[in-house]
Amino acid sequence: MIGEDLSIVLPELLLAVFAMGALLVGVYTGKDKTAPVMLWVTVAVFAAFAFWIGATGGDAREAFSGTFVDDAFARFAKVTILLSAAAVLLMSEGYMARRDLLRFEYPVLVVLAVVGMMVMVSANDLMTLYMGLELQSLSLYVVASLRRDSVKSTEAGLKYFVLGALSSGLLLYGASLTYGFAGTTSFEGIIEAASDEPSLGLLFGLVFLITGFAFKVSAAPFHMWTPDVYEGSPTPVTAFFATAPKVAAMALFARVVHDAFGGIVGDWQQIVAFLSVVSMFLGAIAAIGQTNIKRLMAYSSIAHMGFALMGLAAGTVLGVQAMLVYMVIYVAMNIGTFAFILSMEKDGMPVTDIASLQSYSTKEPLKALAMLILMFSLAGVPPMLGFFGKLYVLRAAYDAGLGWLAVAGVIASVIGAFYYLRIVYYMYFGEERDGLDTGMSPVLWGFLVASAGAMIVGVVNLFGLEPIALAAAQTLVN
Amino acid sequence: METIILFAPLVGALIAGFGWRWIGEPAAQWTATSLLFLAAFLSWIVFLTFDGTTEQIQILTWIESGTLATDWAIRMDRLTTIMLIVITTVSALVHLYSFGYMAHDDNFREGEHYKARFFAYLSFFTFAMLMLVTADNLLQLFFGWEGVGLASYLLIGFYFRKPSANAAAIKAFVVNRVGDFGFLLGIFGIYMITDSIQFADIFAAASRIAEEPLVFLWREWNAAEVIAFLLFLGAMGKSAQLFLHTWLPDAMEGPTPVSALIHAATMVTAGVFLVCRMSPIMEYAPNATAFVTFLGATTAVFAATVGLVQNDIKRVIAYSTCSQLGYMFVAAGVGVYSVAMFHLFTHAFFKAMLFLGAGSVIHGMHHEQDMRNYGGLRHKLPYTFWAMLIGTLAITGVGIPLTYIGFAGFLSKDAVIESAYAGTAGGYAFWMLVVAALFTSFYSWRLMFLTFFGKPRGDKHTHEHAHESPMVMLIPLGVLSLGAIFSGMIWYNSFFGKTDKVAAFFSIPVAEAGEHSGAEGDHSDDGPSEGSDESHSEDGDHGDDHHVTLAGVPGEGAIYVAPENHVLDEAHYVPTWVKLSPFIAMVIGFVTAWVMYIRQPDMPRRIAETNAILYRFLLNKWYFDEIYNFIFVRPALWVGKTFWKRGDGNIIDGGINGLAMGVVPFFTRLAGRGQSGYLFHYAFAMVIGLALLLTWISVTGGAN
Amino acid sequence: MTVPVIAFYAFAISCIAGGLFTVLARNPVHSVLWLILAFLSAAGLFVTLGAEFVAMLLVIVYVGAVAVLFLFVVMMLDVDFAALKAEMTRYLPIGLFIGVVILMQLAIAFGAWEFSDGALERVSAPTTAGTENVAALGLILYDRYILVFQLAGLILLVAMVGAIVLTLRHREDIKRQDVLAQMYRDPKKAMELKDVKPGQGL
Repeated sequence: MIGEDLSIVLPELLLAVFAMGALLVGVYTGKDKTAPVMLWVTVAVFAAFAFWIGATGGDAREAFSGTFVDDAFARFAKVTILLSAAAVLLMSEGYMARRDLLRFEYPVLVVLAVVGMMVMVSANDLMTLYMGLELQSLSLYVVASLRRDSVKSTEAGLKYFVLGALSSGLLLYGASLTYGFAGTTSFEGIIEAASDEPSLGLLFGLVFLITGFAFKVSAAPFHMWTPDVYEGSPTPVTAFFATAPKVAAMALFARVVHDAFGGIVGDWQQIVAFLSVVSMFLGAIAAIGQTNIKRLMAYSSIAHMGFALMGLAAGTVLGVQAMLVYMVIYVAMNIGTFAFILSMEKDGMPVTDIASLQSYSTKEPLKALAMLILMFSLAGVPPMLGFFGKLYVLRAAYDAGLGWLAVAGVIASVIGAFYYLRIVYYMYFGEERDGLDTGMSPVLWGFLVASAGAMIVGVVNLFGLEPIALAAAQTLVN
Repeated sequence: METIILFAPLVGALIAGFGWRWIGEPAAQWTATSLLFLAAFLSWIVFLTFDGTTEQIQILTWIESGTLATDWAIRMDRLTTIMLIVITTVSALVHLYSFGYMAHDDNFREGEHYKARFFAYLSFFTFAMLMLVTADNLLQLFFGWEGVGLASYLLIGFYFRKPSANAAAIKAFVVNRVGDFGFLLGIFGIYMITDSIQFADIFAAASRIAEEPLVFLWREWNAAEVIAFLLFLGAMGKSAQLFLHTWLPDAMEGPTPVSALIHAATMVTAGVFLVCRMSPIMEYAPNATAFVTFLGATTAVFAATVGLVQNDIKRVIAYSTCSQLGYMFVAAGVGVYSVAMFHLFTHAFFKAMLFLGAGSVIHGMHHEQDMRNYGGLRHKLPYTFWAMLIGTLAITGVGIPLTYIGFAGFLSKDAVIESAYAGTAGGYAFWMLVVAALFTSFYSWRLMFLTFFGKPRGDKHTHEHAHESPMVMLIPLGVLSLGAIFSGMIWYNSFFGKTDKVAAFFSIPVAEAGEHSGAEGDHSDDGPSEGSDESHSEDGDHGDDHHVTLAGVPGEGAIYVAPENHVLDEAHYVPTWVKLSPFIAMVIGFVTAWVMYIRQPDMPRRIAETNAILYRFLLNKWYFDEIYNFIFVRPALWVGKTFWKRGDGNIIDGGINGLAMGVVPFFTRLAGRGQSGYLFHYAFAMVIGLALLLTWISVTGGAN
Repeated sequence: MTVPVIAFYAFAISCIAGGLFTVLARNPVHSVLWLILAFLSAAGLFVTLGAEFVAMLLVIVYVGAVAVLFLFVVMMLDVDFAALKAEMTRYLPIGLFIGVVILMQLAIAFGAWEFSDGALERVSAPTTAGTENVAALGLILYDRYILVFQLAGLILLVAMVGAIVLTLRHREDIKRQDVLAQMYRDPKKAMELKDVKPGQGL
């Protein structure tokens, strides 16, 4: 029995063991001198695990008295998380090394965060859910303030920590209300108890839970931490925040509302739709005033989470599928964009001011073009992949009878296009001035160009993503 | 072989258009031209060896969508082969001619490369035109139709620095859109009824179309009538028939070889070709064909009257083209498609030659186009003079009456007029055509006299430097003059001979009214129509007993003529005065012109002064442009301007910009203020959000 | 009212009062002391539920260790809570309003509270009857929820690593104790006798 259970959690188990082993190796050998090697090994391990998980298939399997489930949905999310974490980790090496931030704990904490995320997406019980969430969050709090000599970085970590604690409290309160109503924390038990006629107490529990998730996916109005934390954290950490944890939180969100509250779709649909529309508009509108590209990306991710939530709000198989596709595309775009942001330097110092991009295209035409493609894709301009992601969620929302939400999404994306296009404008039509340093590390360059290329080439068949996402969505919604 | 004919011009266009930077301009020109000559040579082989079997040569699968399945295929029948030789021959000669004509051009700056582009356009046009005539289905035909429209647009506007050329190009494109809209509706109608756009399927269903009702413009009509009319609307645009003719004279802004190729010999005849191609449907639509006849006749005489007073040498020929196209439509309208094709065929030769001759004159006179500044040029341009003379003899229809000896125009035009008499029982169309023949003769000779006879007028310097054109321009003239002289006599029997000859040429089965002689029976083996032969022969019985009757079923052979249609036959038995009438008209026209421009050169001025209103009416082309300008262009401009200034400027720009510049920044500032950086503000926002959601859920969800 | 009920209400009231005064007390040291009261009351509640082991854990771990740690921290950090609270009071009215709204809604929810079918049975018997308190806890913690338990361990590991990463500074300019060096110190080599002649330096 325990052997079978362990075999189901084997990836998480091995990763945790790997993290602890790496910790030991780091402490007892060269300390921070081992960090680059450890980082590369971690990347390799992530990639290998992603491949391993992606290659395994089969029906849903539950472990540890139903607290943990391994199904197609979880696998889809896990592969996305692992690959994006690997990519971001790989990109961060040069930056962290130059800023003297490359400590051996960094990859270890990232591994532990990833373990937390993997547990989150596989959670089948409110307790597992909470443990995964906290494991992830705590690791993120630490990496956010990794640059401990910087006021901004520590402030970012502290803000994130305090607000995260508040959201965890709300989430726990929701969990206890749910437990109080259903008498069990397992999702199977909850979905059985939460039928067509839910009591107000359960609905309140649902609201509190959703509040906690909304904080994690940084959906408005629980987004307030995002810009400050994105700005304050070291840029590679920001890139990490913008990718893997978002996927995990969104997957967890979908898992809970469908697996535990699938019987009362109508009730949570309104809440998610509300979060979606507020996020889209706030992300679009507030980003306009930003001059710091990291803050801008924070609002961008808020808006994008709004769109992903639109897919979730549909409450259908198509909706979940659209959400998954959207998240993958979003992650791919963000990896490319952050690869570029990581390379923004002036006299060897990192720059995040958008104005520094002026007339960038004259110096670096290829990179400017790649960035243009990514910005267009983020804005959802048709030939790019980002447009198809948006189209997907819009269709899902429309098919589910949320026409008003789809219309709002279109309007929000039009408003949001402004600040993406402004970056392009600066790069191509800005005044001549001594801008950024030229040159870029091969790794970053590779990610930037590959991501931009994917935005174009992916149009053909979305890299075969749709059927996989569909299978994942079908295991979740039934 | 057919495939080579079709694609040689395309290859030429691509090489000349995109490859000239690598191979150089002269090489590009020669490539395009030699490929065209290859196509022309193969076309003649195809034409002469064509055995009458309708062939379909599939090139590739094009569209498969629902019930719409369309291959890209060549339909090879007599109509196609005729068009093939016309197009490729004229095009090849025009390519050659363009070497000389385009050698130097003041419309381009020193060192600018334009020749390869010109040749690429010409070749592309040829390809599109071939696409049109070889089409196996309406969509492919439409593709070619629009392709030639595009090529025409590009070539009319080839002198892109001239505002008038650009305006003319746009005009040609826009006016054609009107016709194309009708054409498209016709295609839709056909597809709606037959569920196919393949010619084979449409023709097979022709009789069914004739019985179906079709609701169009809030009324129920006979489907065949509506479709035939709509298709003709497309033909009207392309072939510059009345009301949609205004673009053709303006199209003379293009280089003269273009006028010769596109606006005389080939593209403008596409409408006639379309009507002939769709003969199975036309035959079931008596009212529509009556309209075709009427409009063709009216156009013929209208354009001829305008041609009388024009002074620009190319415009005279342009109106002449317009008028001759009217002839063809009359022939098609009365159901004698073979004669329409006959006139199309001969007209292509002599009209192309007239244009090229005019081009030669213009070239020699340093791009002077006003005939009032010509005069006495026959000594300076002897070869051009002779060529133009042959062309004029051909177009005015000189020949020996009551025999089959004469210039090409003599035979084909007389055939048209006789058909018109037979088809309308000596009605409106016949008389109009005779009058038009008179006018044709007049303006053609007027052109000759003004240009080549009399004293040199205009700029002395220009006259002194007038020179004969180089050989590359004269050779095409020579070749075409052969066509202008002999094409009528050679193929007279094929197009307008006895019914059985025509039937053999177009591979239509015949049914003999009286005895079943086996002489023509050979031709019935090309179709599955042995049975239908019999059934149609019943219908043919009421004809005179020495007649044979065209008795194919729709889709069999190149054209279809309804069993009850005996116009072709009857045209041979019209009264002698009818046969003489065009000749007489021609003679009258010639004499009048001679008197007015050789004998008493000041007479035209006096007539113009005494009949000032009529003169100006004609000179201003019946004020069509002015009327259109008033009815369509100005309101359209007004609507556009209103939408632009009021709608777009005030409402859209005002609204969106107001929103973008006013409301959005307000919220942006608000969001920025909310992002204060204070931790407890953030926590507070979360709690407020939570309270909102809780309230929401207790209001909506708490009900149960 | 029976004794257990009286005990429940007594502990519950003192628990809530402890929490309330933890927040309201002006002196941070007093806040910590109120917090200890809340912990103790919670322990009492556990006793009334028959979970003596958890109650004792609460007393030992929270009261004995955590709260005392808090006390030290609070006493060492000179935080002026009054100044912080002054800023807060500006938002007191609207804060109160929101709080009241949430409170009222929770009141509605609890007023109309209903359990799902069979919820009470599931809650009341987490383990088979007759097992001892510690054994039952062990069964739940180390058998049924072993995964969750281990994950909690991981979280603690992260907390530890995080604390070290963010605070530990490896300073080069200070002397460190090297235990091994001390242990393997050879007294013979440690001291060298030099015969210094009077009137001469080394």
